[in-house]
Amino acid sequence: MARSEKQNMIRTRGLKRTFKARGRAREKDVEAVKGVDLDVFQGEIVGFLGPNGAGKSTTLKMLCTLLEPSGGTATIVGTDLSKNPDEVKRHIGYISQSGSTSSAARAGDELIWHGELHGLSRTEARKKGKSLLKALDLEGVWEQTCGTLSGGQRRRLDIVMGLIHEPELVFMDEPTTGLDPQARTNLWGHIGRLRDELGTTVFLTTHYMDEADALCDRVFIIDHGEIVGEGSPKELKKAVSGDTIRLTMRNGADTRAAMELGSSLGTATPVQVGNVVTIQVPEGASALPEIISALNKKNIEAIGIEMAQPTLNDVFLSLTGRSLRD
Amino acid sequence: MKQYVHDTMVVFRRAMTIALRNPVWIFVSIFQPILYLTLFGPLLERVAQVPGFPPGDAWLVFVPGLLVQLGIFGASFVGFGIVAEWREGVIERMMATPARRTALITGRVLRDVVMITAQGLILIGAGFLFGLRVSALEIVATLGIIALLAAAFSYLSYAAGLMLKSEDALAPLINMFALPILLLSGILLPMALAPRWLQIFSDFNPIKHVVDATRAIFRGEIMSYDVMLGSGLALLIVFLAAFVGNLAIKNQSE
Ligand SMILES: Nc1ncnc2c1ncn2[C@@H]1O[C@H](COP(=O)(O)OP(=O)(O)OP(=O)(O)O)[C@@H](O)[C@H]1O
Ligand SMILES: [Mg+2]
Repeated sequence: MARSEKQNMIRTRGLKRTFKARGRAREKDVEAVKGVDLDVFQGEIVGFLGPNGAGKSTTLKMLCTLLEPSGGTATIVGTDLSKNPDEVKRHIGYISQSGSTSSAARAGDELIWHGELHGLSRTEARKKGKSLLKALDLEGVWEQTCGTLSGGQRRRLDIVMGLIHEPELVFMDEPTTGLDPQARTNLWGHIGRLRDELGTTVFLTTHYMDEADALCDRVFIIDHGEIVGEGSPKELKKAVSGDTIRLTMRNGADTRAAMELGSSLGTATPVQVGNVVTIQVPEGASALPEIISALNKKNIEAIGIEMAQPTLNDVFLSLTGRSLRD
Repeated sequence: MKQYVHDTMVVFRRAMTIALRNPVWIFVSIFQPILYLTLFGPLLERVAQVPGFPPGDAWLVFVPGLLVQLGIFGASFVGFGIVAEWREGVIERMMATPARRTALITGRVLRDVVMITAQGLILIGAGFLFGLRVSALEIVATLGIIALLAAAFSYLSYAAGLMLKSEDALAPLINMFALPILLLSGILLPMALAPRWLQIFSDFNPIKHVVDATRAIFRGEIMSYDVMLGSGLALLIVFLAAFVGNLAIKNQSE
């Protein structure tokens, strides 16, 4: 189905949020989100990628009615967010970045009560809760007090809580933080199945390149409260011209020579970090022999050579001039 | 309305279950009132000989005061609980459900009211061991007023907790308000014993009139002016406090 025929689940225009500084110091106000336009369609899994403090959580909270926007408009599942937040809440699930369960409560109890607040009956909530726990490898925690769960178990319980009412649209704020690799992959699988079997639309934030790569149909990249890039992981990577070659040199003189070579061969200014030189080339496979022979002519040998296809980190680097890990 | 009641009851059941799962809490709830009576009561029997002490035997004066104190102090500190729940993300998670926001507060207030009323009943029961004698009607009427006080202070404490979101800021605030209110209400010693200026001062404290009302009930004067004034004021405070509490949770998204 073409994208335009599908229902628009999230549509924002110029969505803004400014946190007022205490007192009158207006210049200290934090413009956390500076006018964001998003379109997310039914059945999509969309990643929201950006470094710490980029404004991801702030945007999510606005879309979940937890924070009032300072400007702009948002329509969630066809309902105007500012006009009818109560209606919006009937269609969404929210998994916050920082937990959702009381350490003094039992996991199963929290699930049932949460389901009831969403309008499920106790029986429905118990049934749905148990099957979700099973899907996320959490069988057996039903009777356990949340405070005694391991970090990753409690995180997965948060996710089960957010999904218990089978929302049409789920917001997940860094769902996989604190999960071991196996639990992470398992969760990716589960999110994929949610979409395939129930048509659930998923909007999730992450710092992890591989996560967006493996899971998302489309990615929005946010930095300093502004969207700086949008597209499928593939498209975004294509936009970064070519491949990356990373040379590790023996000493300063060799490094300088490699930088010179990079300037003449590369498509962008080469980047030097210590004795490591990163060169962007149109096509790695043909550039590599060329680089090696050019270095040989000068009697220089690289002690390490690495070639990499662009990652989303490279995409971010080329869009913002900074690495995601900065 | 139906949804409001449903949501309130879910939040109430949740808060109740979690409280009842805490053995320390239960222990303190039961023994605190008994401890007050045993340690302070004997002292009061002497004081009751002093001229100017209100009519009735020492226990009839003392137990209502303790009940009011229970209502105010028991409820004033519940805000700590909501700060902890806020920190764990529970409040935010609930605010993103279709549940009415005010139900999230009211359900918790209801739990506090039930807990404190039960404590009040234990206290009166312990009072009987010391020779207190009041009728069932008087007990019900008094506990009704205590329940109102508990609701009011619980709403206010939750409001303060939600606004401050810090235990360190909440503790001094509660002390700053609760202590003068208690001292100026004649809870422990009747204001009739106070110098004139202090009495006038305390007349402006609504809690003083609530205490007077509960004492009048214990004396068997249920249909008196004191009782009407005290319970009317208690009702008024509940409405104001509920308004403030509901405002505090509605403003959470600003
Ligand atoms: N309640 C608040 N008051 C003041 N400033 C805030 C508040 N919440 C967030 N901010 C600021 O807004 C900016 C964006 O924060 P946000 O939590 O949205 O970032 P994020 O992209 O989710 O980051 P992370 O990856 O670390 O979770 C930050 O500079 C943060 O300090
Ligand atoms: Mg965040």
